[in-house]
Amino acid sequence: MSHAARLLVAALRDPTSVATLGADDWTALLTAARAERLIGTLAHRLDTRAVPPGVARILADAAEGAAQERRAALWEAEMARRALAPLGVPVVLLKGTAFVAAGLDAGQGRSIGDLDILVPRADLPAVEAALLDAGWEWVKDDAYDDAYYRRWMHELPPLIHRDRDRMIDVHHTILPPTARPTPDAAALLADAVPLGNGLSILSPADMIVHAAVHLFGDGDLAGGLRNLWDIDRLLREYDGTDFWAALAARAGHHQLRREVGRAVRLAHDLYATPIPPNWRVRRGADALYRRRLVARDGWGRQPYPFTRLGFYVRSHWLRMPPAMLARHLWVKARRAR
Amino acid sequence: MRHSHALRIGPVGFRVGSTWRAPITALRGLYAGYPTLKAEVPDLTVRLYPERPWRRWLRPSVAIGGDFWLPDAAPLPLAQGLLAAEMGMNLQVALGWRRHLLLHCSAVERDGRVLLMSGASGSGKSTLATLLALAGWRFLGDEFAFVALDDGAIHPFPRAASLKNEAVAAVRAAGGMVGPVLAGTPKGTIGYWRPPETAISRMTDAAPPKLLLFPRFGEPERVETMAPSETFVRLTQASTNYVTLGQTGFSALTRLVQTVPALAIGYPDSAAGLALVERLWSAA
Amino acid sequence: MTDPVYAVDPPSVRLAVPLDALIAVYHRPSGATHLLAAPSPELLDALADGPADAASLRDRLAAHYDLNGEDDAVGAIAARMEELVAAGLAWRA
Repeated sequence: MSHAARLLVAALRDPTSVATLGADDWTALLTAARAERLIGTLAHRLDTRAVPPGVARILADAAEGAAQERRAALWEAEMARRALAPLGVPVVLLKGTAFVAAGLDAGQGRSIGDLDILVPRADLPAVEAALLDAGWEWVKDDAYDDAYYRRWMHELPPLIHRDRDRMIDVHHTILPPTARPTPDAAALLADAVPLGNGLSILSPADMIVHAAVHLFGDGDLAGGLRNLWDIDRLLREYDGTDFWAALAARAGHHQLRREVGRAVRLAHDLYATPIPPNWRVRRGADALYRRRLVARDGWGRQPYPFTRLGFYVRSHWLRMPPAMLARHLWVKARRAR
Repeated sequence: MRHSHALRIGPVGFRVGSTWRAPITALRGLYAGYPTLKAEVPDLTVRLYPERPWRRWLRPSVAIGGDFWLPDAAPLPLAQGLLAAEMGMNLQVALGWRRHLLLHCSAVERDGRVLLMSGASGSGKSTLATLLALAGWRFLGDEFAFVALDDGAIHPFPRAASLKNEAVAAVRAAGGMVGPVLAGTPKGTIGYWRPPETAISRMTDAAPPKLLLFPRFGEPERVETMAPSETFVRLTQASTNYVTLGQTGFSALTRLVQTVPALAIGYPDSAAGLALVERLWSAA
Repeated sequence: MTDPVYAVDPPSVRLAVPLDALIAVYHRPSGATHLLAAPSPELLDALADGPADAASLRDRLAAHYDLNGEDDAVGAIAARMEELVAAGLAWRA
């Protein structure tokens, strides 16, 4: 584990661990936290009165930045709600926006980029039309990418709002149809929890399942420490006797038992998340994932390039069968030249 | 990283790391005499690194990274490593700084009040600020004005001024020392002008703004009063962090446009520009 | 089809600073800044009394302003309200 990543994990896990840090360690910790998009979370977690003044200023900036991202995320959700309300279709918020909209611990200080929503697949054309009508526009004008998204991905091609410059990803399920596991999208929608304003969030178990998919499925574990922190916070918040049985059943139902099990073990490993004994079955590959998650150095760089490449191919593997992957990489490579 | 330098410019503590020695050596030379960070945590980190491992040696090209990131910051040849460091520092401030409202303005001070000059590249704002500094004004910066969020004072950020193309000769003709000079950069020829010692020693002394100019170089002389709403819109466009600051940015900017008169000016050459600025300053 | 009824956030979420003929408005929920000209600020204020359609808004404004010279006040109000909806400052209730 790199020194900076170790400091970051320790600070999140046990905020008192920063008491003895000198300037160089603080620099490494803060740089790694920024690179992992965990600086707002760190600012929320640490007692800024007990850190050096220069560090407190940086953390105060980060806390304000996170508050601003939270506000922007909630506003994008509200704008999508207003645009889609006339359709009467269920709209489920995903990821960071869902956490802050529901007031979950996982949303505290979290950085939030795009708005991700889940809608029924049958309603995609109407949703797309309503969003275009309300000022969202296509980001990509490349025919291959567009066809690729529409045929193989679990979402519409990304849209960006022409005035607010914010992206929306409209999903109809949580993994591409090409992926080997096939989550039950209808069940995700059926069990979603209404927020009372026309929007919903996933049920607790589904939220963990999706967070695990997000951790392993979206691009070579990039931002993995943050995604794993989400899982830690969600597990602590939802912890309870019935919850773990429900999570196991739900993971099995979505054919994602392996991913969810690994995510839970990694959270326990790195962030000391309390998990039941029967979830602590160690698997050989865990160490590889762990090493990849904590590779960030004190300048914010990610070493271990060969591990990275392996994970890049692997993360595509989860989403695409081999022949299709080869075709996709070939088209990408040709265009890159 | 293998080579690094950490220094303070105005309110900002920078750490610049590089795979190569040359950009750091150049940076240390240009910023000799500026306070260095000792047992202090830098606010912003800049990284200069090869885009691909072999690019460290083979046609070395310097990619610019750091805490905050833009997808399309193009790499530069190693000979322009100092420019890469400067661009990296600018980029980190532009994307990451939240403690002041940042305006893309040059700023000089006289008699305890600040003159702000806003304009796109080529408007002459850097050259005018440098020439005014050579004429006895205190140089606060040629790139960003740091507007305090509580009282609206302008805080110095006295980086070396980056003079482009003909501005290098204009500043030399006025007695300024320009160097190093980098030719063939994406922005043409760039020469660095090191601010006078008072600009560096007084880099924490803020002062309130008195006048805001929007200069246009190479035009017939003209002076037009700008409506506060027009100034407001132009400054929101000239700010890199107005949106991310939210309500504090709104309050700082509305106060600025309500309290500081703004003029759009045209001037045919540097001499006419300097004379015009002196005249407007006295009348303001 | 009935005329749309418009609603706005309470005035406390907006910070308004008159600059000249234009008013700079900071809208807290969105973090967006708007420059508004009359009668848009007046319409936002009038809606603080509760949701209304364009015709009711004309009546509310008429209580405070002289609208006698306006040929199609309701049409103009509806057009301004649609702009405010697009800007996120109001919505169709």
